Amino acid sequence: MSAPIEMPKWADTVLVPAISVVAAFLIAGLVVLSIGENPLTATRYLLQGSLGTGEGLGFTLFYATDFIFVGLAVAVAYHAGLFNIGGEGQATLAGLGIALALNNLTFLPGFVLVPAGILAAAAFGAAWAAVPGYLQAKRGSHIVITTIMFNWLASVLIVYLLVNVLREPQSMNPETRTFPGASHIPFMHEAFAWFGITIPTSQLNLTLILALVSAYLIWLLIYRSRLGYAIRVVGANPAAAVYAGISPARIIIIAMVLSGALAGGLAVNELMGYQHRLLLEFTSGYGFVGIAVALMGRAHPMGIILASLLFGILYQGGAELAFEQPNITRDMVVVIGGIIILFAGALDGLFRRLVAYLLSRTKLAGA
Amino acid sequence: MDLGIIATILDSALRLSIPLLAACLAGLWSERSGVVDIGLEGKMLVSAFAAAAAAYAFGSAWIGLAFGILASVAFGLIHGFASISQRGNQIVSGVAINMLAAGLTAIVGNAWYGQGGRTPPLEGVQRFDGILLGHSALVYIVLLAVPLTWFVLGRTRFGLRLRAVGENPAAVDTAGISVPGLRYSAVAIGGILCGIGGTYLSVGQAAGFLPNMTAGRGFIALAALIFAKWRAWPALGACFLFGLLDAIANQLQGLFIPGIGEVPVQAIQALPYLMTVILLAGVIGKAIPPRAAGVPYVKER
Repeated sequence: MSAPIEMPKWADTVLVPAISVVAAFLIAGLVVLSIGENPLTATRYLLQGSLGTGEGLGFTLFYATDFIFVGLAVAVAYHAGLFNIGGEGQATLAGLGIALALNNLTFLPGFVLVPAGILAAAAFGAAWAAVPGYLQAKRGSHIVITTIMFNWLASVLIVYLLVNVLREPQSMNPETRTFPGASHIPFMHEAFAWFGITIPTSQLNLTLILALVSAYLIWLLIYRSRLGYAIRVVGANPAAAVYAGISPARIIIIAMVLSGALAGGLAVNELMGYQHRLLLEFTSGYGFVGIAVALMGRAHPMGIILASLLFGILYQGGAELAFEQPNITRDMVVVIGGIIILFAGALDGLFRRLVAYLLSRTKLAGA
Repeated sequence: MDLGIIATILDSALRLSIPLLAACLAGLWSERSGVVDIGLEGKMLVSAFAAAAAAYAFGSAWIGLAFGILASVAFGLIHGFASISQRGNQIVSGVAINMLAAGLTAIVGNAWYGQGGRTPPLEGVQRFDGILLGHSALVYIVLLAVPLTWFVLGRTRFGLRLRAVGENPAAVDTAGISVPGLRYSAVAIGGILCGIGGTYLSVGQAAGFLPNMTAGRGFIALAALIFAKWRAWPALGACFLFGLLDAIANQLQGLFIPGIGEVPVQAIQALPYLMTVILLAGVIGKAIPPRAAGVPYVKER
């Protein structure tokens, strides 16, 4: 293998990701230029729409909540050396779990129903990830391919269930009936209103707190626990793990179960926090954004929160921007996500080598 | 079921299997050289857009094909640069290619034509019309690629070297043959094939580009590739099988069978994915990828 590129920690964890993001934005700016729009005006609309108003900020944080969950999901698997591209499918199944739990346990009071919904989401997401995990661990089937297949299986399954089984008989739309009111996770503006504080209305709900707590717990797990250590050892060197008495197969399955459960958080935020029913395509490709978020955040919970915030700004600001400048549709965010994945992931070495080179130059010049 | 319906189903199965086959063979070339390619979907999408846009602008389906291939090869080379020269993660690069293609085609299509990402409808010489048995030239080009792939990979010096690079690049390197050179040519050939597949979608099968019109075909092609165990003739079989399933599902859509009720079309749609997972699990036979697939090659210093 090639020699690792030596550089100080701050350069590795902050400078390199920052450079890839800046490069991604420069290229995105070129795309905006090439379709005849002004990138600077676009950036202004983007920032104004996402951070300039209280309402915009609420929406930004709502999207960030989604991305924290899927980012953590990708990161946990990544630490175990696995590439979980199945966030979409796992979140879809989690949505199914939520709908089944909430619409069948309507007799329960809210303080039981909400945790029941969250647990159902985690369990269904975990189960959908456990199968590819098991197949990778025990049968050697490549996790990337199986999770891709499971994404498509999930999308076919959910269409079938919503059209034929779960749909309200009178309804034309392929969606379930509204979840019982007691199961709705309160909106942030509602929660603040309990204390007499008025904040602008938005989709932002208390799931954000669950996301931040999850991020902290995952940090504890990965960097401060025995299991997390085992996960990182398996990810770094499965052969060494065996000698250390760690079973890679067991760790792979555990990491995938955790990863799937975390992906379920996306369904909690979208369905229990906002839509209050199960509908088609509520995952909106966010599972793939999770890959960008995890790569950019260097698979570290703190990095993931920051990267999620950035993508929250992009999604909310992108919606506002599309409203102001119809030529720049929200697909721009997908493009930026793609470029970030390319730069922070696949072309990572390019920037690392560049930074290492520049740093060594300045060191020589200083000496 | 009478013969007429069977003929219709077989005919539409062939039509539906052509884009799968093109992408599947593209994946075959790339992965046989050791470069895993989950960006087939994105390359087809970008070529479908470029082909439709060029066919509309220049009023010729063949110029459309040229641009479709160019766009797809360009994306293939990005993937090649990341995975061969930069030794980056090939899966990550493939995901990036798919996202870039989905985003760029939608945004540029919307900016150019203002029709929600669609290109204007193509007609007359802007499209590939049937030349034989109602099928267009592209169908025959893609079908011809099967024996060609089989022959080149199995019977020529270039093909044998290319396959060796996918199994044991160090040995090829020791023999003094360029590993990156072979891998880049494989990725470029994959780009050409994806370009033909994408062009077939927007300029042959349909009359214009629709946002996200590949609709997962690149991933079904990936499934077919595993099913075919990375071999050309079985790839034809697997793609035709998956095309046939698709055709049957279309035929049965909304059909009511007494006793069963409405046919769950989704069950048929799920079959390719399900069969691939079962195959990968090693329950029926075993699909073993080229040994060096996905592993960047580092020349010894």
